[in-house]
Amino acid sequence: MKQSKKSIIISYTILIFATLIVLLPFFWMLVSSFKSQRELFAYPPKFFPSIWKWENYKQVLNAGSISFFEMFLNSMKITIPVVIFNITFSSLAAYAFARINFPYRKFLFMMFISSMMIPGAVVMIPRFMLFTNLKLVDTYWPLILPSAFGTAFSIFLLRQFFMTIPIDLEEAAVIDGCGKLRIWATIIVPLSKPIIATLSVFLFQGTYNDFMGPLIYLNTDTKFTVQLGLAGFRNAFSTRYDLIMAGSMLALIPILIIYIVCQKYIVKGIVMSGLKG
Amino acid sequence: MASVKTNTSKKKSLQHMTLQKKDALTGYMFIAPALISFIVFVMYPVIASFVISGFDWGILTAPRFIGIENYKTLFKDPIFIESLKNTFTWVILYVPVSILVSLIVALAMDMPLRGIGFFRTMFYLPVMTPMVVCALLFVWIYNKEFGVLNYILSFLNISPIGWLSDRNISLISIALMSVWKHSGYNMLILLSALQGIPESLYEAAALDGITPWRKLINIKLPLIMPSMYFVVLTSVIDAFQVFTEVFIMTKGGPGYSTHTVSYYLFANAFEYGKMGYACAMSVVMFFIILAVTLIQDRIMNKNIQYDS
Repeated sequence: MKQSKKSIIISYTILIFATLIVLLPFFWMLVSSFKSQRELFAYPPKFFPSIWKWENYKQVLNAGSISFFEMFLNSMKITIPVVIFNITFSSLAAYAFARINFPYRKFLFMMFISSMMIPGAVVMIPRFMLFTNLKLVDTYWPLILPSAFGTAFSIFLLRQFFMTIPIDLEEAAVIDGCGKLRIWATIIVPLSKPIIATLSVFLFQGTYNDFMGPLIYLNTDTKFTVQLGLAGFRNAFSTRYDLIMAGSMLALIPILIIYIVCQKYIVKGIVMSGLKG
Repeated sequence: MASVKTNTSKKKSLQHMTLQKKDALTGYMFIAPALISFIVFVMYPVIASFVISGFDWGILTAPRFIGIENYKTLFKDPIFIESLKNTFTWVILYVPVSILVSLIVALAMDMPLRGIGFFRTMFYLPVMTPMVVCALLFVWIYNKEFGVLNYILSFLNISPIGWLSDRNISLISIALMSVWKHSGYNMLILLSALQGIPESLYEAAALDGITPWRKLINIKLPLIMPSMYFVVLTSVIDAFQVFTEVFIMTKGGPGYSTHTVSYYLFANAFEYGKMGYACAMSVVMFFIILAVTLIQDRIMNKNIQYDS
């Protein structure tokens, strides 16, 4: 289908303009993170630092009471269990919702789906009280447990995918006398690698980027996650934007790596999540 | 003969029954972890929020039942009213701008252009970026004296603006940052909807000599309405809960100009320790979001009904 020349030019203009607006702040973060304080506050500002000051990064790496690397490890102590357990249990539930007949299946599925509209604030305080009573505040458990056994969004996304797997494959397995658990483990999960990859990225990003959860539950600074530690820089350094930007760059790197490696899965996942069940 | 037949069919149906029962049991076993987790971490807290909102519930003091007293106080609390006003302003500012930007970019990307993958990748980058990083970055960009934004604007003879320090525009500034951060997500959903429009429709339209503008109004927009509905709904729900950007960028200030319901709720619960009061706020938020969802469902469903 041919497009008129005019609409092509307009489209390119929009895209280039939009991309510039998206990228310029990142560019500014990068150059600011390498500037000396003097250049940082120079007016008019220079775009590139005259000397690229790597020391900013060295200083930031060990700025807090724990190093950036330790904060990253802390983030992983939450993120990795969430990704692994959430996907395991969500896919079990999703498989049941997609393929097993049981009473109230539809009702229970709708219950999960509609819970996505509940604002987080409504569950926040009773959850906090629950974990306080369990003496689990200032541990990673409150940040892991609520997402570890399956969550509505994951179940929804996985179910959508499972519905597209041809049922014949399972019927052959049933004739061979396979139980549902076997079918799930040996047929469904291996066939669902793309969606599992997508969901892993979503969960990783969501958990690693989360700020409010760690803010509520973590008090000891040696337990801080990357986001919480980074936010703390703002108070610790106040106007040292060179260091704050260097810290921001460091916090962004794991996400950038994931983004570059898993890009195609992300696009696929969003397209699927936008489809109505 | 006949009796044998009924016998086997009986046997079969019996077997069928047990199979069905077995299936049901397996089904429940599979959803059990998710369901128990849902009951403990979602259902129970929602109900508890309603209950706690009826109490004077401090961190240290014993809870005392006070009925609807919290709600009465709430609607007399000038800071809450201000927060509520700000939250609505935020939703009205942020949602339309964000969706318009997403739509324009998605329309531009739905063209057979070279390098579309690159543009798509770049436009989605802020969505991946942690909110804390974005917020800190824009605190620096918005800086009144040394921020690069005011420097760029100085070429247009615009005198320095206190993006985050002027109480008349602080909320707008944060909303703009939020548009910058989130538009990529909605853009991708709208783009995939646009690309799902069958080519044959365009071909038929081309035969009629349709203008690009009419093509947009008569074909593209009506056909992406279901996705639009999803995008509007999720954006509105998210927008009502804005927290992190406010917490990092302005701490609700200057004055109360960027206090949102979520922010004030957080402050009440975790800084002032007024759990009952904060729960009352969350209940109000719950009903606002519920109402908005229902209203939107009404309006949008009316508009989506096209049969072709």
